[in-house]
Amino acid sequence: MNLAVLGAGSVGRSVVELAGEYGHTVTAIADSGGATVAPDGVDAERILDRKDETGTVGDGDLDEVLAAEYDVLVEATPTTLGDAEPGFSHVRAALERDRDVVLANKGPVAERYGDLRGLERKSAGDVLFEATVGGAIPVLSTISDFGPSQVTAARGVLNGTANFILTRMATEGLDYEHVLAEAQDLGVAEADPTFDVDGTDAALKCVILANVLSDDATEYSLDDADVEGIQSVPGSALELAAEDGRTVRLIGEATAAGVRVAPRLVPENGTLAVTGTRNIVQLETRHAGRLNVSGRGAGGPETATAVLADVGRLER
Amino acid sequence: MGDERATSQEDDSDSGAEDEGDASADDGFSEERTDGGVQSYTVRLELVDEPGELLRTLEPIAENGGNLLSIFHERGNLTPRGHVPVEVDIECPPDRFEDIVDALRDAGVNVIQAGAERYSEEVSVLLAGHIIDTDLSDSLNRIEKCSGASVVDFSLTSPEGTDDVTSARLRLAVESGRTDDALSTVRSIAGEKDLSVVEPLTEGGPA
Repeated sequence: MNLAVLGAGSVGRSVVELAGEYGHTVTAIADSGGATVAPDGVDAERILDRKDETGTVGDGDLDEVLAAEYDVLVEATPTTLGDAEPGFSHVRAALERDRDVVLANKGPVAERYGDLRGLERKSAGDVLFEATVGGAIPVLSTISDFGPSQVTAARGVLNGTANFILTRMATEGLDYEHVLAEAQDLGVAEADPTFDVDGTDAALKCVILANVLSDDATEYSLDDADVEGIQSVPGSALELAAEDGRTVRLIGEATAAGVRVAPRLVPENGTLAVTGTRNIVQLETRHAGRLNVSGRGAGGPETATAVLADVGRLER
Repeated sequence: MGDERATSQEDDSDSGAEDEGDASADDGFSEERTDGGVQSYTVRLELVDEPGELLRTLEPIAENGGNLLSIFHERGNLTPRGHVPVEVDIECPPDRFEDIVDALRDAGVNVIQAGAERYSEEVSVLLAGHIIDTDLSDSLNRIEKCSGASVVDFSLTSPEGTDDVTSARLRLAVESGRTDDALSTVRSIAGEKDLSVVEPLTEGGPA
């Protein structure tokens, strides 16, 4: 398959690096500063070196990429809230040309799910977005295999940064600010970790899950989610939890009836108490009990793996 | 620091004495069948530690046809609110028991547990914020009053002294099916007092 990649952050870069291994060709790439179109395939190494040196992947512009020859548009620009632009317009451009779209950008699926599905219905192209929930963990494809109506609820730990902070606070007896600074030094937390620690990122993922679980019956966006972050959980609260064999995790819950993200008490050695940056999703199924999928929920190569798995699904 | 009431309430797994026909003396829920249509009940109370308080409590029992079997007065063991836990075994016809409990409550006695009224669920909740400055005993009283819950365990830490952020862990014994009520009471009190709440994830319950 020929891929047009939008966004050259950690996910976009990894898609470019790994595409060849999966038997695909990147024929166009754009970032916020420029673009390159190469019908025979871009030279991954050269283009990423160029990005490192000059800050952009080429001299061309985005419109050339959107108009280029490709089978699948990979949308990996940063997630934006509200109107989910410019990601949403990129998706629209591809669908109007009857091309398939694979999203790593959560914005269009979390904030404009109805609009997105509407465009998809009118197009010969399909939209897949495994990479938007749980990084490398096959959450959406598992739900799709079971059938959304067979899954009554999804819950779990969907933000590695928040989980890392809570884990370190509990094991080291340190306070939030201290551990956050440490996480930033380690590169686990971004310079601006707001969306990770205030629950927004986990909520976006849960909103996407709720949209999928409701099977297009109800549309959810971030505004519908009940969201609470971890900033106000003191270290002493984690100590008290530990005395009682429990710990605190930022748990997201999604059902066809809504979305809630909040720090919650869970058994210390329970399934959902994953440690470090690990993520887990627990699916409640109608006839098969509980299903747990866990793994790396973020990172360039991890998320690119989910993107390329979607590309593989489109190919079949 | 931390305060804990060691009581048999924490163990609700074998509380169904009437089902098992085995009413042991330390079982806070015993309800033993005896001959002549009279049953024995255990009532768990919390009394203010003041002279005459115990006697005042026992009057409504006798006045309503209850026969006092035993009193276990744990005077050395104060509850987190500084009350004295008392366990009273009484005997009465089943139809009088509710009257006795009502009479106790009307007399202002804090009845924690009474016979068949089972606290069958238990939940833990964390609170953080200015817990002490925002009238802790009011918070605890309201949780018990509004939601059919009993605070069976309460621990508090305040690393920087009481002016700073304090954390607390509450273990609540809740009447069957009322966990959501109890949690929503905690939530609304916390909202009012600007405390943050970490609720339990009730596994298996509605997500």
